[in-house]
Amino acid sequence: MTAGRGFVLLLIVLLVLVLAGIIALVTPDKARLADLAIANVPQSGVLNPVTAVLLNFRGYDTLLEVAVLFLAIVGIWSMARHARVWIKIPDTPVLVVFVRLLLPLMVIAAGYLFWLGADFPGGAFQGGAVLGGMGVLWVAAALWQPPASFRRLLRPLLSLGILAFTTVALLTLFMGYNLLQYPPAQAKTLIIIIEGAAVLSIGATLTLLFIGGFPKKRED
Amino acid sequence: MGITMTIIDLLDLVLIITLLVCAWYALTTPDLFNAVIIFIAFGLLVALAWVRLQAPDVAMAEAAVGSGLTGALLLSSLSAIRRLQLKQTDQHASPDDATAK
Repeated sequence: MTAGRGFVLLLIVLLVLVLAGIIALVTPDKARLADLAIANVPQSGVLNPVTAVLLNFRGYDTLLEVAVLFLAIVGIWSMARHARVWIKIPDTPVLVVFVRLLLPLMVIAAGYLFWLGADFPGGAFQGGAVLGGMGVLWVAAALWQPPASFRRLLRPLLSLGILAFTTVALLTLFMGYNLLQYPPAQAKTLIIIIEGAAVLSIGATLTLLFIGGFPKKRED
Repeated sequence: MGITMTIIDLLDLVLIITLLVCAWYALTTPDLFNAVIIFIAFGLLVALAWVRLQAPDVAMAEAAVGSGLTGALLLSSLSAIRRLQLKQTDQHASPDDATAK
């Protein structure tokens, strides 16, 4: 072990000790936001407190998160406009058969997670991540041969989440509420609309991040 | 001190130690491919830790994004780096070497 590495190790150990000391010594403040959030869950339109915070109480944060994902794909496309979708045809048929079996199940799992998110652990990000994982497998198994029409769909698909979110945000403003303050009667509908759009956009974004550029056809 | 350790406490302890070891190896292993694989394992263990902290939402996001997709992205960057290195060595090598390959 070199001297530099030993120094880094020492630094990390010291940092961990200091942090552990702070956690052990500082008594938690009685007025925690968690209690406030839990008390207001019945007004949020959903039963899962995590979804209530993410989509209702702190909807603004989630709006920015969706915007960050959108900007990530915009940044990548502006740096590397075209990417070949096929890396190579796998040498073994196992991956292709496995992915063929798995894809429909993953679509069902993503939809289930999204729908479950209203009342139980789950939601748009989890469902979108499963969709994204499905897309990565799809691309890795070289099963994806995007037709021209599908490539035209990519841009609307990627921007669907942020568009739905901002539309709802503007709608709440025009209805005389604060930004993303939903009327309690429509809260669940609005949250489902936002999450439904976000789940598709997140799935598409994560897959295209893996491709790393605007997918081009093999002939291009 | 009447500290009684249940099986669950013991498993938590094993989880914590494994996490730290994985984190250390992911950072220090000289082979990048090994580092990525250990990072993926680390992500899955972090997801387990979130489950133990009763945060299943975060656990799902960590397993899917932190471990799965980040792992896939890292692996594809790794293959891109290898391809780039291969291209550079081909350019520097003499024509004989290129055909020999």
